[in-house]
Amino acid sequence: MLYREAGDFKTSYSDDSQTFPIRFDRVAYYIVIGVAFLVVPFVVNDYWLNAILLPFLIYAIAALGLNILTGYGGQVSLGTGGFMAVGAYACYKLMTAFPDVNIFFHVIIAGGITALVGLLFGLPSLRIKGFYLAVATLAAQFFLVWLFNRVPWFYNYSASGQISAPERSVFGINITGPETEAWAAYLFCLVFVFVSAWVVRNLTRGAAGRKWMAIRDMDIAAEIIGVNPLRAKLSAFAVSSFFVGIAGALFFAVYLGAVEVGEVFGIQKSFLVLFMIIIGGLGSIFGSFAGAAFMVLLPVLLKNVLVGGLGWATDLAAHLEFMVVGGLILFFLIVEPHGLAALWKVAKEKLRLWPFPH
Amino acid sequence: MTSQTAQETTQDTDSFVTPDGRTIGGVIMEMKNITLRFGGVVAIQDISFDIREGEIRAIIGPNGAGKSSMLNVISGFYVPQDGEVWYHGARRPRMRPYQVAEQGIARTFQNIALFDGMSVLDNIMTGRLTMMKSNMLQQALWFGKAEREENAHREQVEKVIDFLEIQNIRKTPVGRLPYGLKKRVELARALAAEPKLLLLDEPMAGMNVEEKEDMSRFILDVNDEFGTTIALIEHDMGVVMDLSDRVVVMDYGKKIGDGTPDEVRGNQAVIDAYLGVAHD
Repeated sequence: MLYREAGDFKTSYSDDSQTFPIRFDRVAYYIVIGVAFLVVPFVVNDYWLNAILLPFLIYAIAALGLNILTGYGGQVSLGTGGFMAVGAYACYKLMTAFPDVNIFFHVIIAGGITALVGLLFGLPSLRIKGFYLAVATLAAQFFLVWLFNRVPWFYNYSASGQISAPERSVFGINITGPETEAWAAYLFCLVFVFVSAWVVRNLTRGAAGRKWMAIRDMDIAAEIIGVNPLRAKLSAFAVSSFFVGIAGALFFAVYLGAVEVGEVFGIQKSFLVLFMIIIGGLGSIFGSFAGAAFMVLLPVLLKNVLVGGLGWATDLAAHLEFMVVGGLILFFLIVEPHGLAALWKVAKEKLRLWPFPH
Repeated sequence: MTSQTAQETTQDTDSFVTPDGRTIGGVIMEMKNITLRFGGVVAIQDISFDIREGEIRAIIGPNGAGKSSMLNVISGFYVPQDGEVWYHGARRPRMRPYQVAEQGIARTFQNIALFDGMSVLDNIMTGRLTMMKSNMLQQALWFGKAEREENAHREQVEKVIDFLEIQNIRKTPVGRLPYGLKKRVELARALAAEPKLLLLDEPMAGMNVEEKEDMSRFILDVNDEFGTTIALIEHDMGVVMDLSDRVVVMDYGKKIGDGTPDEVRGNQAVIDAYLGVAHD
């Protein structure tokens, strides 16, 4: 009975176009933000951080980024892993080359560098569409991984070919390196997630988002109303890669600490993030979070239930996980192509009228 | 065809009064000897005509006459092999469609070309994209210029929504709308751009009588209230004759008539094209 918009009149266009027009949503949003910033840092421990929270937060940024390109812009990309690698290696090179600069800026500049690389690999999108574009971005994926493997300059000529994050701090508190405390790494990533989601929301509700969606829905009509397809597509690639790059930088520096590019940023990562936005919901910010949460939580949950609860062998549980995830992707593509976000929306529409059927 | 030659010699900038008593302005767009070929198929053959400011100009003709191709030439989709497009007294260089849009030419499509994934409001807002000037950083931060700009354009869009009487479907996803309303939303999107020249490709195709009457009323009101010049393609002869100030008739890529509705109706070539010719 709380979930009502009746009587909640909007008297300005700003009010009408706000992100959460229904008061209940607004309150829920503030509570979630409050808990995330004020409660979780005090209770978080290493297991929760490394198993759930960090992967969730970082994948959420990557999913937001890919959603701009694929969900809003309609350009399918299989290069997410490669672009995350660009973010990671850019961050690594910056961290080692400019040790005095705050890591906060390293991460953002790494995003900027990834945006430029994304722009470059977005150029084929001007001539090719759909599956063919996906294959072109696949080339980016393999080329970038190959590049970071083969050119020693990128990993500072280290013997192992790996990159590992040196210790860096913000306000005297360690963010990277083995001494990092759980709450510090969590808060650092949370700030990036919060700002990313806010920026993506602003971009997608304004002129830029409309240009992307216009190109996605009907590129001919978009061009006829004055959208420059070249700029719209390339800006989608750049902005998308920016967030994917930030996710890659955080994934390397804060989450893993040490990275071997082929293992961490391979084609599986591209598919994982793509599955996240398909299951979560294409063209939805909530969907990016829902998809990231789903894909991060499902393996943990299955493992706890099957291995911990039923006493199955670990490898059996791991194989079952593949089957469950694969089955769910099929299920979503058939039943609800718009993903968890669409289910959520339907639930909310029903809730607005509850307990009345119409 | 004396009237046709009389019109062609009229000075470009002079306005003149139509037989209905409507005053229409000087020439704003002139097509000069347009020829468009697709391989061996000649879609448009050496056609010249003009569009005057403030008039409703109809392009008619049997199926495959090249009417839509002509509209596509005007809106920049097709580049004619021969001929020139003059707009506001200057020869228009070769342009991409989005550059044509920036010059104040908006259009609707024969098969509705709306953005199905977006709401009606967002669809109409896209009509104002060429006028939105805030950069991406300002949009990312939203506060200040981007929000002010968004609200200012929203206000204009709301006027169009009021004008076309689609207030109640403002937030509905376009994909859920019935055909007639989609056509209206597409007109709204074109109008939101505040075009100087509005191109309508069969605005009444597939509509019932009531919907046609509504659409006719909107077209006349747009022309009357905003002074928008309109060029339209339509198959319903009753509608064309009632609405338009001047009519171009095409057949097999050639121009076979040009003039006021009454002149065109009496033109033997037009009658032959529509009704067929007896061969002996």
